[in-house]
Amino acid sequence: MELDLVVIWAGILVIGVIMYVVLDGFDLGVGILFPFQNSRGNRDHMMGSIAPVWDGNETWLVMGGVIILAIFPRAYSMILPAVYLPIFAMLLGFILRGVAFEFRHRSPGAEHIWRKVFAGGSILAAFSQGIVLGHFIGGFNFEQSLFEGGPWSWVHPFNFFTGLALVAGYGLLGGCWLVMKTTGDLRAWSRKMAMCFGALVMIAMAIVSIWTPLVDPEIDRRWFTMPDMLWLMPVPVLAGLAFLGLWVGLYRDRTHQPFLCAVAAFLLGFVGLAISLWPYAVPRVMTIWDAASSPASQQFLLWGALVAIPMILAYTGYTYWVFRGPVSDKDGYGHDG
Amino acid sequence: MELDALMLSRIQFGLTTAFHIMFPTMTIGTALFLAFLEGAWLKTGNEVYRRLYHYWVRLFALAFGIGVVSGVVLTFEFGLNWSGYSNFIGDVLGPLIGYEVLTAFFLEAGFIGIMLFGERRVGPKLHFFATCMVALGTTFSAFWILAANSWMQTPAGYEISAQGYAVPVDWMAVIFNPSFPYRLAHMVNASLVSSAFVIAAISAWCVLKNVERETMMKSLKLALLMAAITAPLQAFLGDQHGLNTLEYQPIKIAAIEGHWETVSEAPLVLFAWPDMEEAKNYYEVSIPYLGSLILTHSLDGTLIGLDTVSAEDRPYVPLVFFAFRIMAGLGFLMIGMAFLGQWLRHKKRLETSQWYLKLLIMVGPAGLVATIAGWITTEAGRQPWVVYEVLRTKDAVTPSLDTSTVAISLIAVSLVYLIILLVFLKVGSRMVAQGPQPAGGAV
Repeated sequence: MELDLVVIWAGILVIGVIMYVVLDGFDLGVGILFPFQNSRGNRDHMMGSIAPVWDGNETWLVMGGVIILAIFPRAYSMILPAVYLPIFAMLLGFILRGVAFEFRHRSPGAEHIWRKVFAGGSILAAFSQGIVLGHFIGGFNFEQSLFEGGPWSWVHPFNFFTGLALVAGYGLLGGCWLVMKTTGDLRAWSRKMAMCFGALVMIAMAIVSIWTPLVDPEIDRRWFTMPDMLWLMPVPVLAGLAFLGLWVGLYRDRTHQPFLCAVAAFLLGFVGLAISLWPYAVPRVMTIWDAASSPASQQFLLWGALVAIPMILAYTGYTYWVFRGPVSDKDGYGHDG
Repeated sequence: MELDALMLSRIQFGLTTAFHIMFPTMTIGTALFLAFLEGAWLKTGNEVYRRLYHYWVRLFALAFGIGVVSGVVLTFEFGLNWSGYSNFIGDVLGPLIGYEVLTAFFLEAGFIGIMLFGERRVGPKLHFFATCMVALGTTFSAFWILAANSWMQTPAGYEISAQGYAVPVDWMAVIFNPSFPYRLAHMVNASLVSSAFVIAAISAWCVLKNVERETMMKSLKLALLMAAITAPLQAFLGDQHGLNTLEYQPIKIAAIEGHWETVSEAPLVLFAWPDMEEAKNYYEVSIPYLGSLILTHSLDGTLIGLDTVSAEDRPYVPLVFFAFRIMAGLGFLMIGMAFLGQWLRHKKRLETSQWYLKLLIMVGPAGLVATIAGWITTEAGRQPWVVYEVLRTKDAVTPSLDTSTVAISLIAVSLVYLIILLVFLKVGSRMVAQGPQPAGGAV
């Protein structure tokens, strides 16, 4: 069997998106939890725990975007215009939370402003991503590859719901991250936050799982037709186990278990989504093969990806290793006079 | 000028790109400067270098953060506003930008954390390595993005597919397209010149205000040395770049020079008011023969005029014409300032020449302004094409885009960028005024 470049690239894209969702998910989540934390010192620690890594985490999103441009250009030029305003809102959210890292600790008198900008930017970015995701699942309105939905077609209850669900999901990841990275009262608070957001996520995931087949009959057929249903059963079962592990971990005050289980739950949710949408690049309109760029383009970038991605993982891992363990007063911002 | 979705998209892209380019321009040069300072400290053990490193790295961090987030916007704007463009170039330029992400963005982002926050967690040599990797990342980034931009100016190594979009045939020809080496050299050096003048201006301010006078004198001398090497070099690189443009995009040169008609013995137009309707210059001040002499190296060399293409294939001449003069004028001003600085230093009067230090503060942003003006020259000069003589800008815009959508995003992004710029200047000037912090503190 010949190796199908398009499938390899779809796999790389999926890995990239998973890396993004997990990594930027927890640092957006720290921003989402910001409004609930009343102590400025604790907020310093929260920000300090992600300060050395957020830039790299966000780069996975850029990589995802650029892979779609380079490997699936037909899909890139169709999808983005269909979600123009939510994507733009997401970008503004990223800008606001990104500059807030620098400005917050360098403007001690204006901390009350920049902490809100940081939280607001993180929430806006996460919520907009959820809207894009919902709209993507629900399908766009195309006439001969020209988007016909109008600028406000994303305004739909389902999309708002997926927006809120993603905010809750990132909040959960952020809470579990902080359980790993903090100590004392901040850790206890993070654990409480992780429980609140964990409950929200479970409710949201249940509702999305019921609502999605209702929004899209094809997804309904894929999941609830025998014998496929049996093959697909492990996904919801494993997701249930991940949540169980999350709760046990939080209840017993474990350090790493809640984060790892939350990540597993996210992965399974993502696998479920991939099963629902395979093999479409633009749901119900264009498959990954129809969306793909020329084989020469895919080959050329594949060499780079095969060499660079292991190196990226190695030095990114090294950075996480350097900053391992709970964040302390010697880390992060705010201690440079 | 009709404010439709196309025009608003052009304004938005121009605005977001111009805002973005200021920050990489500062960080490419400053990252190399920081690598030099830390290397010099490791080699000589002289604490002055370390203090300077700690001073400049904080300002670098501020500019770097804004550069990163404002760059993410551009990646997505290709698809949001320019779906015709991204569909057309995706196969060819997508992989180039992909290489930028893989080799540059991740490298910068992976090591910036250690560079800014890791000094107490890793040894000095590893920290120096992280600084070098960040500097290398910023340079790689320039390599790939300029390859992509240059391909849009002088496309090569591709063919048009049956479906009507560009597909790669020869990657070496795509990357090393005819204008790429010139544009890359000109831009990387622009970054060095701009950084040198920003560093010199801030150092001069500190010297004048007696903020760590001796340390900042060292910084000033280093920056002026950097300026004295890079500013004259920039004139040479710019000239070479111009000759390359004359060969591949003569109409752009005609717009820069304000030449409406094809003539031999072309004059050098110093000033004029180019009129698009009348296709002629008003209030022209020019020097006979000099245009031909500079561009063809002979007194009677023939230069192609704007009349060789129809009116709708011409760029908007006044913009190209004036942007070029702003760039070149500031370039000569910076060369003068750099030489003057070396002369004063030679006479041992640098520290006491208050007038020069004050002048230097005013010239501080000149490199950044010149860089933006240079980009306006080359990008506006390519119009009405987005991929030169292959894809028109009007065919690049997203067909389904409506005016109100772009108006919303343009207003929102303008407001956000304005606020960020103001806060950046405020926070930045406060950090400048604080001077170098005691050595050993967290960065």
